[in-house]
Amino acid sequence: MEKFTTHTGRAVPLRRSNVDTDQIIPAHWLKKVTRTGFEDGLFEAWRKDSEFILNQPERQGASVLVAGPEFGTGSSREHAVWALQNYGFQAVISSRFADIFRGNSLKNGLLTVLLPQETVDQLWALTEADPTAEITVDLETREVRAEGVTASFELDDNVRWRLLNGLDDISITLRNEGDIAEFEATRPSFKPRTLPVL
Amino acid sequence: MGRTLAEKVWDDHVVRRAEGEPDLLYIDLHLLHEVTSPQAFDGLRLAGRKVRRTDLTIATEDHNTPTLDIDKPIADPVSRVQLETLRANAAEFGVRIHSLGDVEQGVVHVVGPQLGLTQPGTTVVCGDSHTSTHGAFGALAFGIGTSQVEHVLATQTLPLAPFKTMAITVEGELPEGVTAKDLILAIITRIGTGGGQGYVLEYRGSAIRSLSMEARMTICNMSIEAGARAGMIAPDRTTFDYLEGRPHAPQGADWDAAVEYWSTLATDEDAVFDAEVVIDATQLTPFVTWGTNPGQGAPLGANVPDPASFADPSERVAAENALKYMGLEAGTPLREVKVDAVFVGSCTNGRIEDLRAAAAVVEGRTIAEGVRMLVVPGSVRVALQAIEEGLDKVFTAAGAEWRHAGCSMCLGMNPDQLAPGERCASTSNRNFEGRQGKGGRTHLVSPQVAAATALLGRLAAPADLSSDVAVEV
Repeated sequence: MEKFTTHTGRAVPLRRSNVDTDQIIPAHWLKKVTRTGFEDGLFEAWRKDSEFILNQPERQGASVLVAGPEFGTGSSREHAVWALQNYGFQAVISSRFADIFRGNSLKNGLLTVLLPQETVDQLWALTEADPTAEITVDLETREVRAEGVTASFELDDNVRWRLLNGLDDISITLRNEGDIAEFEATRPSFKPRTLPVL
Repeated sequence: MGRTLAEKVWDDHVVRRAEGEPDLLYIDLHLLHEVTSPQAFDGLRLAGRKVRRTDLTIATEDHNTPTLDIDKPIADPVSRVQLETLRANAAEFGVRIHSLGDVEQGVVHVVGPQLGLTQPGTTVVCGDSHTSTHGAFGALAFGIGTSQVEHVLATQTLPLAPFKTMAITVEGELPEGVTAKDLILAIITRIGTGGGQGYVLEYRGSAIRSLSMEARMTICNMSIEAGARAGMIAPDRTTFDYLEGRPHAPQGADWDAAVEYWSTLATDEDAVFDAEVVIDATQLTPFVTWGTNPGQGAPLGANVPDPASFADPSERVAAENALKYMGLEAGTPLREVKVDAVFVGSCTNGRIEDLRAAAAVVEGRTIAEGVRMLVVPGSVRVALQAIEEGLDKVFTAAGAEWRHAGCSMCLGMNPDQLAPGERCASTSNRNFEGRQGKGGRTHLVSPQVAAATALLGRLAAPADLSSDVAVEV
């Protein structure tokens, strides 16, 4: 995973609630067996509408998505995170994220930032009025900064440490191999096994 | 202080607990399917890792599989590659797999329980949000992303953030014609698509205790539609009776030890939930969705709501967008909404009890002209049972299509899709825009409502079928 320390970029204000993962990346894209190449599938149905915000020339190259509440509801597809990253987003700001989507994003270095809806409203107003306005998402100081806005955000210390250092979970867990083996030795014999029943 | 069911299962799986770190939890059962696993296996290969516990891992093919001509090569080359990738990965890493054509193949959340692999007090994960289904057995079961799939394959554990607990207490008896599906749709409308966020829900109360395992699975399946981490139901005699004798259920002394352990899992009387919702089962009626998220639902007897009636501005806008997408006018009685298609199946309602319920409604009748009805069993075993009971003939005699097992039109990754603008009454779990095919419009319903809707060509409950309908062909 790439390290995330701080990022500054232009924004896409997405004034919609309940943006589900089927909208972020439709199911037919999930047939791919790679983690890359999902950028054209991002918000595919909405992008057919020329008025859709992502299609506006002044939004090209934007890297911070400012979304409505309940962003990422629905399926567990990590492809939704890959699609946002493949397209060029580095951070998503919302007042509420679905749990699985949030977990997936933080495991891939896409920083999902929780801010109060009033702050999201401010960021929408700012970036709608001025498409060149930049937003800084600073993980070191846990702050989001933009013109007229300075807002601190919460993020679990352990998650933040992993992101700042670009550490992957599996190698961290494998350091505790002894604990896993010890636990396995105590599992009751009635626990299910998938081995074929003869 | 006492503990809840969820807390007990969690505590029994903590491999490592340390200050400032998330708990590391052991995973008892890891289910795989073709869509969310290929990148995880790639990760293992890149790092030179193997699957730690192949004996706790099992794969099925379900999302991409066609429901027609299953003996022929899969027509869509991209789907074919994905299925072949799963087969190759299973072979390379030594994972048991049930491929298309195998008698144990089917939707992953139907297969686990029917094999007896899903057991009370276990932790169950799968790269699929509807893993919450398995909570019906008193398992702590949740959907994970592909990074976590790789993590479980490599370590059989997951670092997990703590959860909160919410009791959903449903007292009283469900009225005649009101099903588990109606109940869970009503619950989601009540608490909203984000209402369960951060919580493990525990469904309890007399109405829940009286439900069959199939019905309990329908309820837990849709916990994710309320945004919950998981949904659970305390194991009881109904659970044990369902499991006893299944291929992977414990046997002999192990069975006795297991039942003894399982009987300790119910929430203690003095346990405290972080939140509670109380529902009066006796007040419920058949429930359907009108919008584009599962929280946008209403009783079948209601009208399409007026967006202006929503106090919350973001809900109002969501309702306006939903009505536009769904092609509905505020104030239209839901019973007057005509459909083009009916889908019976999915991990929500693709089990034998669901097919029996739908068949009982259509038996001896004919579906409305111009309506296409697809019946897709949740697994090959469900299909075989249905055929043995003659249900396939009941469906085909009524004019429905009887298909092969899989996820099918629930998400349209295979050829079973709605055309743009088509409207479907579906027993599945998501009514998102385009979920069942680009531009398709979905109303979530119970199997009984799906069947009655197919007969009348408009949203309807079995109670709407007057005797003259039977001869109206």
